[in-house]
Amino acid sequence: MCLAVPGKILETKEEKGSRFGRVQFGGITRQVQLDFVPEAGVGDYVIVHVGFALSKVNAEEAERTYQLLEEMGMLEEEGLDSENQDSGSGIQDSGPHPASDSSKLTPDS
Amino acid sequence: MKYLDEYRDARLARVLVADLAKRVTRPWVLMEICGGQTHTLMRYGIDELIPSQIELVHGPGCPVCVTAIETIDRAIQIASLPDVTLVSYGDMLRVPGSHSDLFHLKAGGGDVRVAYSPMEALKVARANPHRRVVFLGVGFETTAPANAMVVWQAAREGLGNFSMLTSHFLVPPAIRMLLESPANRVQGFIAPGHVCTVMGYGQYDELSRKYRVPIVVGGFEPVDLLEAISMLVAQLEQGRAEVENQYVRSVCYEGNRPAQEIMGKVFEICDRKWRGIGVIPQSGLRLREKFAAHDAERVFGVTDTTAEEPAECISALVLQGLKKPVECPAFAVRCTPETPLGAPMVSGEGACAAYYQYRRPGGKD
Repeated sequence: MCLAVPGKILETKEEKGSRFGRVQFGGITRQVQLDFVPEAGVGDYVIVHVGFALSKVNAEEAERTYQLLEEMGMLEEEGLDSENQDSGSGIQDSGPHPASDSSKLTPDS
Repeated sequence: MKYLDEYRDARLARVLVADLAKRVTRPWVLMEICGGQTHTLMRYGIDELIPSQIELVHGPGCPVCVTAIETIDRAIQIASLPDVTLVSYGDMLRVPGSHSDLFHLKAGGGDVRVAYSPMEALKVARANPHRRVVFLGVGFETTAPANAMVVWQAAREGLGNFSMLTSHFLVPPAIRMLLESPANRVQGFIAPGHVCTVMGYGQYDELSRKYRVPIVVGGFEPVDLLEAISMLVAQLEQGRAEVENQYVRSVCYEGNRPAQEIMGKVFEICDRKWRGIGVIPQSGLRLREKFAAHDAERVFGVTDTTAEEPAECISALVLQGLKKPVECPAFAVRCTPETPLGAPMVSGEGACAAYYQYRRPGGKD
């Protein structure tokens, strides 16, 4: 029931005081109500649940974390991470997780 | 599909599993709240991929599963009236009530219709002015804005034949209840990404601080969940207890303001009974007084129904993460998706259904 799917807005229209979009999900398109995402327009991706868009996909954030994961992948493959140089003396703290959004962490109280 | 396929990338999943293996030094118990997340974990075998020190238990984030049996009985009663058309999300049709379910009512000629969106219920009401159309509005905070919008529009149009039978739940009170329980073993939570898309994640600050427990808002694809698990383990290993957001492409701290606004206009918080768990105070939403004309409970009255659960069903324990579905003696024997004893075997997000589909006895558990 909390399943929501990302789709691309192809066009928008106003009807009866609400804003609707024709949104493409892979091979199909559906009519989606856009009232909760006034900032989303044609060409944007939105997350859709039961016929309503709930958020506009933050393309920058998605790209940023994806790049970090890719880098992790490259380091793994090249064996350049510190763990490979330390055999058996216990796990070192690998540091903050690359995907952590430090700016959103709650301050220590 | 963009923003979906990338998060199902096997190579990234392997990278995250390898990272996790390096971080973990001792056992941890983690819980994902949302049934949609449970299904992904089972479907992609994530619970078997991750280091065995990490135990995943499943939470009560399945609104179909936790809808009170009395609500099902009430929906069946209302839908049995000759002038009523009941419109519902598909999952609800096979959920067992005390004696029957909506599917059997439909099979017997009852006017029960399945809808993908609550807007379809409005369309049915407009097209059939002589029928009383009742929408079974079930969900967590993810679905509340849509359900609120539908009632708001019905009121604005003066659609007198439309009403909603509300079964809405809130996540933070359920987490609090789990943390307060003496039986609780959960040390970190994956918060539901689409609930938080609507509500933001400020509500979890207090829980994290008070109970000293890390909470990470997670998405629904395998890479999302592996990232979220990794972030939780990093916190636990470092002795931190904070709220973090993995699902940054959809979730921001404040959440969706227009969605929260319509929820606030149409709904108010109330106590609510969770099937199998009992009443959790201030954990539900009901329609405000000014929408009484569209509140099916008020339109049709609430009767005292006796609700009987099959004695064998242990869904209460499954929903609180105290038992796994495979530990139920009836699992896959007397309780199957075709002949369910309880809701978690029926719902597309139910833990029992997930185990039935992706994991039979004889696996890791």
